[in-house]
Amino acid sequence: MKATDLLRRLGHFVTDRLWRLGFASRFLMMTVLYSGTALRRLHLTIREVYFTGVLSLIIILVSGLFVGMVLGLQGYDTLQRYGSSEALGVLVALSLVRELGPVVAALLFASRAGSAITAEIGLMKATEQLSAMEMMAVNPIARVIAPRFWAGVVSMPLLAALFSAMGIFGGYLVGVQLIGVDAGSFWSQMQAAVDFRQDIMNGVIKSVVFGAIISWIAVFEGYDAEPTAEGVSGATTRTVVTSSLAILAADFVLTAFMFRGE
Amino acid sequence: MTADPPVLIRDLNFAYDRRPVLTGINMTIPRGAVVAIMGLSGCGKTTTLRLIGGQLKPTSGEVRVAGQVVHELDDAGLYALRRRMGMLFQFGALFTDLSVFDNVAFQLREHTDLPEDMIHDLVLMKLNAVGLRGAHRLMPSELSGGMARRVALARAIALDPLLIMYDEPFAGLDPISLSIIGELIRKLNDALGISSIVVTHDIQESLKIVDYVYFMADGKVVAEGTPEDIRNSREPFVHQFIWGEPDGPVNFHYPARPYGEELMEQPSRPRPWWT
Repeated sequence: MKATDLLRRLGHFVTDRLWRLGFASRFLMMTVLYSGTALRRLHLTIREVYFTGVLSLIIILVSGLFVGMVLGLQGYDTLQRYGSSEALGVLVALSLVRELGPVVAALLFASRAGSAITAEIGLMKATEQLSAMEMMAVNPIARVIAPRFWAGVVSMPLLAALFSAMGIFGGYLVGVQLIGVDAGSFWSQMQAAVDFRQDIMNGVIKSVVFGAIISWIAVFEGYDAEPTAEGVSGATTRTVVTSSLAILAADFVLTAFMFRGE
Repeated sequence: MTADPPVLIRDLNFAYDRRPVLTGINMTIPRGAVVAIMGLSGCGKTTTLRLIGGQLKPTSGEVRVAGQVVHELDDAGLYALRRRMGMLFQFGALFTDLSVFDNVAFQLREHTDLPEDMIHDLVLMKLNAVGLRGAHRLMPSELSGGMARRVALARAIALDPLLIMYDEPFAGLDPISLSIIGELIRKLNDALGISSIVVTHDIQESLKIVDYVYFMADGKVVAEGTPEDIRNSREPFVHQFIWGEPDGPVNFHYPARPYGEELMEQPSRPRPWWT
């Protein structure tokens, strides 16, 4: 009796999740399909780039600076034991452009912009703005969802790049200005070791994928939110939790394909 | 111009997950008329509006708007039809990120290629019709409930529809705003030569302005007629509703077991620990 009950619940849980994943995938397909408006009337998307991207700049830049400064301290501490403190530039730059830039910027973006997108769309649904739009013969997926989705996809790599740049600057401040590593070797070793295609482009690809994941989850959770106060708050939380986990999982998969130590 | 009435509902049935919500609804909304759909909360009034607007599909039967069967239209056809319908939502549903002016201009900008100076004139005309020309710069958060609903009304008539649907237009309004909205519904209907459907449970205000009333209960039409017929109705449910009697065919008590039996037995539910 108890075991069958447990099994039934498990089955229900799994089918429920699968159903939701299918629904979310169909929703993503519709979003891409109805992207014409977002691209033709570019000002709709640009406005969202401002809200999701530009307004995330402060948190991204400040976090980038601090992460870079910490990398400078920790990296120097380890490297000087082996007498290779000049490689500090390489360590800071590679850590940032390959991993920390895309991943940390994406986590920050999910909590700063993803949650805002979900809450906004969820509240628009709760106050019947989406229904009103539909009744005015305007497709809310084309007018509201798609611009926000594409804004996220576009903003994420730019934010990740700025995060890395700020981080490298932070590493330079600590390593060169504070500790006294030679500035020439800091920059020249970095320049020699960082490969444009292998390191920078892979980092960009990662952040584009993360941007798509966050935007997809954020717009879907908002659109699918229960139109009540609890519903919207639950959806906002789910956006942050799900997209953070999805980013880390996707990062592992992408890293496994990109950097195999060849 | 077609001879079909703006809205014709025939043998309409609708169910959510096999739970019937509407059964055997028949309604006709003639041109130029203001028709009220009244009934208790949850009796299927708003669902009827959603079926007319094509946001839901009927289980059986049909809704014809301007001679077209709504649920048989494809997306493009449905959107074309919706441009000829205006809908006023319960709390206005104004776009909170747009100003009053941009809210009213929304459909004009989405569906027409009119130059901006013409849109400007049209929007001010619509806002003037609801008495809020002076408020065009305000944001929705700066409006009172009654003003928000008037702006939503201006938005609903932006494309000169042939039909306007009002979902609870009187809910939560003070007496002055209430009669302003009531009068606007009637005036706009007559001035624009359109038809209106008003879903409401506000008897006094709506009986003053409507031409015909459909009474719904449990997903069925239980009575219909002119406001005069309704006032004189001997139907027990209508009588209870019109005179606001607390008990009658609609019970004051939620269905329960016999009172004595329930009082005598030991509490079966412990007190929740968090209370």
